[in-house]
Amino acid sequence: MSDAPFGAAHDGGDGVTVTLHQLAHSRAGDKGDRLNLSLFAYDPRHYSLLLEQITEPRVLALFAHRGASRVRRYPMPGLAGMNLVIDDVLQGGVNGALNLDGHGKTLSFLLLGLTVTLPRSLLPERLPAK
Amino acid sequence: MTFLLGSGAGFSGDRTDAAPPVVAELIRRGQPAALIFETLGERTLAAAHRAMREDLQAGFEPLLEELLEPVLADCHRHGIAILGNFGAANVAGACRVVRELAARQGCTGLRIGQVHGDDVRDRLESLDLEPWEAETRALPMGESLISANVYLGAAPLVQALERGADVVVTGRVADPALFLAPLVRHHGWAWDDWDRLAAGMMAGHLGECGAQVSGGYFADPGFKEVAELATLGYPIIEVEADGRLVITKPAGTGGCIDARTVKEQLLYEVHDPAHYLTPDVVVDLTHVVVNELGRDRVEVLGIRGKPAPARLKTTVCYDGGWQGEAEISYAGPNALARARLAVSILHERLRFRAPAELRKRLDIIGHMSVFDDDLGRLRQQDQHANPAGDYRVRLACEHAERRWVERATQELLALYCAGPAGGGGVRRHFQRRVHTASFLVRRDDVTAHASLYEDAAHE
Repeated sequence: MSDAPFGAAHDGGDGVTVTLHQLAHSRAGDKGDRLNLSLFAYDPRHYSLLLEQITEPRVLALFAHRGASRVRRYPMPGLAGMNLVIDDVLQGGVNGALNLDGHGKTLSFLLLGLTVTLPRSLLPERLPAK
Repeated sequence: MTFLLGSGAGFSGDRTDAAPPVVAELIRRGQPAALIFETLGERTLAAAHRAMREDLQAGFEPLLEELLEPVLADCHRHGIAILGNFGAANVAGACRVVRELAARQGCTGLRIGQVHGDDVRDRLESLDLEPWEAETRALPMGESLISANVYLGAAPLVQALERGADVVVTGRVADPALFLAPLVRHHGWAWDDWDRLAAGMMAGHLGECGAQVSGGYFADPGFKEVAELATLGYPIIEVEADGRLVITKPAGTGGCIDARTVKEQLLYEVHDPAHYLTPDVVVDLTHVVVNELGRDRVEVLGIRGKPAPARLKTTVCYDGGWQGEAEISYAGPNALARARLAVSILHERLRFRAPAELRKRLDIIGHMSVFDDDLGRLRQQDQHANPAGDYRVRLACEHAERRWVERATQELLALYCAGPAGGGGVRRHFQRRVHTASFLVRRDDVTAHASLYEDAAHE
């Protein structure tokens, strides 16, 4: 599974690979140099796939270029979601970073660029717009 | 009886016309209510202290008057308390603005409560401090130290309401404590009634960012559609005496409240959901259920509380020197190559034109910027960008002395004549930086209280 920042959907043989963005929504929050990314499946049937594939080591690798030191994942089964807490990833945080986005607010969409492989039967029939 | 909490603003810089539709709805319902303005974060507290370094009359929310002007008289007439952390670094200064506004609007007898005790700057060195759990910086001391503010809980705000305050002005308090205080006052909750305190804190947590729970910061066209974002309705939270809470918004406003918007805000800036730390209660969110009751009505159940933590978080601001930023655009055929060339020229120039300790970062906006690190590692890996796009090279730098950030950004300006072809639209900007770090102080070392702003009683 490649983790280019901007993944695209393609057929992977026994399963279908889509961007996480097709299956889930996320919001970023910051405190100091720590970032949290919530992640929720649009369809609760996809929650177990997220648990299998959006793992702590994979998220740590996604943020390794920014110096992330640790990722902790808190599953929230009642909400079909999880909370990902990433340490030392904001390069100084909102008052210390040189990044245009010192809060790290845009980083929820870096997470949503990860890819997820799912069985064809679980592919959403349409985009999850309400 | 149900208590209604309306949100009038969710951050410093929020829409200043958000509160009137919320107040109109609170008046229409005729139930006990409060209106909350949350305008203080890590960034804005630092900005307030920075402003006060330049002007002792500044240091409170700059939009305060604009926020209160359309609602102050209506709230006063209908007994809707207003609570806000718009005092920031200068609570008395904010009280003065409220008093003057009340006088102009003929709000006779308006009582203004002010909360004291968050400022521990003068005795910081005598306090027993521990670093906050994710803090890696050492405590700055001496001249570089600008301020130290404790995140207070709801108790002094309740005290202000008990003394009859119609408007409560605070500096640093935990954001959701602004919402918890009128609930404790109205419902008579005890300070060890952990489940109810937790529910009240989460009502505050869900409401403190204003529209972030009602369709703001949510829309993703084709995926998460939100109607009428230009007239977004800010949230109203209905809280029962037993702690049940429902999130809704004024009828006829834009935006949406559904399970998805509430879930995103529920975990916003939360770390361990089983131990969400607030000054008055440790909240356990692991059993939370979110139910859609109807259009723009969502119920949140299962919030549990545990005893309050022994220590309170304290934000310390200290001198961060100067930051400089400068940008230049390249567009059209071969623009990316010209932007990359500009970046390499700047790297080389800064190597001998700026001191080694200058912190710096170069981005190519339109190719890779906010996702990247300060060294541009993602940009260097990605070879698939459009060579003929519309790109903007950005230099950001930081140094203790202003002259070095001026010198460094001047190198970007010089690309006009000495850089690649077709560069245009240079902008340069400098500002003082205030860095922040977080520590924990013993609860017993903090003495917070409220008083009425004296001059207000005789308007």
